[in-house]
Amino acid sequence: MMVSAPRSAVVPHAVLIAGIVLVLFPLFVAFVAACDTLPDILSAPMSLVPGPHFFHNLAEALLAGTAKTSGQPVWSMMLNSLVMALAIAAGKIAISVPSAYAVVFFRFPLRRPCFWAIFVTLMLPVEVRILPTYKITADLHLINTYAGLTLPLIASATATLLFRQFFLTIPDELVEAAKIDGAGPWRFLVDTVIPLSKTNIAALFVILFIYGWNQYLWPLLVTDTPSMTTIVIGMRQMIGNGDTQTEWQLIMATALLAILPPVAVVVLMQRWFVKGLVETEK
Amino acid sequence: MERRVTFGGWVCPALLLLPQMAVTLVFFFWPAAQAIEQSLLRGDAFGLTTHFAGFQNFSLLFNDPDYLASFGVTAVFSFSVAVLALAPGLLLAVMADRVVRGAAVYKTVLLMPYAIAPAIAGVLWMFLFNPSIGVMAASLRWLGIDWNYLLNAPQALLLVILAAAWKQVSYNFLFFLAGLQAIPASLIEASAIDGATPRRRFWTIVFPLLAPISFFLLVVNIVYAFFDTFGVIHNVTQGGPEQATEILVYKVWYDGIVGLDLGGSAAQSVVLMTIVIVLTAVQFRFIERRVHYA
Repeated sequence: MMVSAPRSAVVPHAVLIAGIVLVLFPLFVAFVAACDTLPDILSAPMSLVPGPHFFHNLAEALLAGTAKTSGQPVWSMMLNSLVMALAIAAGKIAISVPSAYAVVFFRFPLRRPCFWAIFVTLMLPVEVRILPTYKITADLHLINTYAGLTLPLIASATATLLFRQFFLTIPDELVEAAKIDGAGPWRFLVDTVIPLSKTNIAALFVILFIYGWNQYLWPLLVTDTPSMTTIVIGMRQMIGNGDTQTEWQLIMATALLAILPPVAVVVLMQRWFVKGLVETEK
Repeated sequence: MERRVTFGGWVCPALLLLPQMAVTLVFFFWPAAQAIEQSLLRGDAFGLTTHFAGFQNFSLLFNDPDYLASFGVTAVFSFSVAVLALAPGLLLAVMADRVVRGAAVYKTVLLMPYAIAPAIAGVLWMFLFNPSIGVMAASLRWLGIDWNYLLNAPQALLLVILAAAWKQVSYNFLFFLAGLQAIPASLIEASAIDGATPRRRFWTIVFPLLAPISFFLLVVNIVYAFFDTFGVIHNVTQGGPEQATEILVYKVWYDGIVGLDLGGSAAQSVVLMTIVIVLTAVQFRFIERRVHYA
């Protein structure tokens, strides 16, 4: 290995740098556009040297939005996205830890059917049952509410399966020790199982946060008032249908704002992220 | 796998299961049942009455040239996205596995697109390739290529494929890298001692050992291209020009929400459900096998 390392390292570095350029180039162009004025962008081809208007555009998007979003400022869209992402992540974990605990640590009638009922939800993402799910959400008067935005996306079994797998690895001796010490199922859950699951919960939270933040089809259907718009949907509205001037400098500033939170989560919490991603798929 | 030591009683587990069962019943089983029911009903032109229509919605669907065309578009789109996301992912993972210096930086940057919503990836690529203002569009014109994805169907399909694949490379990179790092160094060293060149070591040892994970990723990528790319299509092409980029999940949405063809959209939902169930079954069979032989 040590003999061949200096010679063979050139090609890998070249390929990896090419990969990085491919990843960063669209982001860089978005950044440049967010630094320009609209006439700068429209004088095609735009210059690839960033202009001086970055903070001005950022502030305008954050505080005022665009005419096409009915003047809905991006900060409120980000708040909606944050609430949605946190509610989906926390909600999925809050319902899946108890249900996984129930199917692993108890023997009760209908245990298998319950497990399969949860398990089968893995197979049908919300995208394939959009219309009936929309109808039910409307019947329950949940259109334009955070509950309507998040509950249908919480109904999926990925988290339950992950916790089930993990709970099965908890040694029987721990359960026996808890029983001898007189701890009931609630005590065992709170004092032993949840503390042991901390890293799994953190990893899953990171994945679910990104999943929630990036939702598109469901928020598009279930919200139609400006005050409930999420940032990913807000960008779509800013682009519009080309009827009036498209304010690209604000759209790209908004794109950067939409990308920042989930990318920051991936970069700063990379260890949890990688663990969560690799384990939820097994 | 089952536990030996468990707790007794049924009230406690019932309470623990209640929240998930409630959400699943209301937002999963109920809509899924309605989709199946709707797919067997047909409404009149004014949507006032419905009657049982058997498999009429399905036979209409499979005799509809637009729907069959959408199947074709989806097949080309999914396969291309999967290949264009898998091959660079594998190449980058193999290279990242070889470098020592800067490995953490490369990995961090290459993972970033995973965090970007498909819808936003679509907007970024649309901005690069916009016929009038895009930087890449200008370069293509300079090269003498007549680029206008708003009018040219193959170009539109190519653009949504690139945007969808760009985002997914990160995911494949991560799994391939994990797979590569799980290969025992002793295997590689033994073949090196036997005089195998790096190329030969890759194709005879590393690649076969990566085959199971590649197959798993192929299924995941196809599922991604089928369902998670709605935002790309909706932002970049709206299915156009002339339905050249109308993939199945976009058509379900369009026919149901914009076209208000409830029966037809429900029948499409049922077809999509069948496709996902088949793909998931394939995936689980494979995972079971891997567990057996591991």
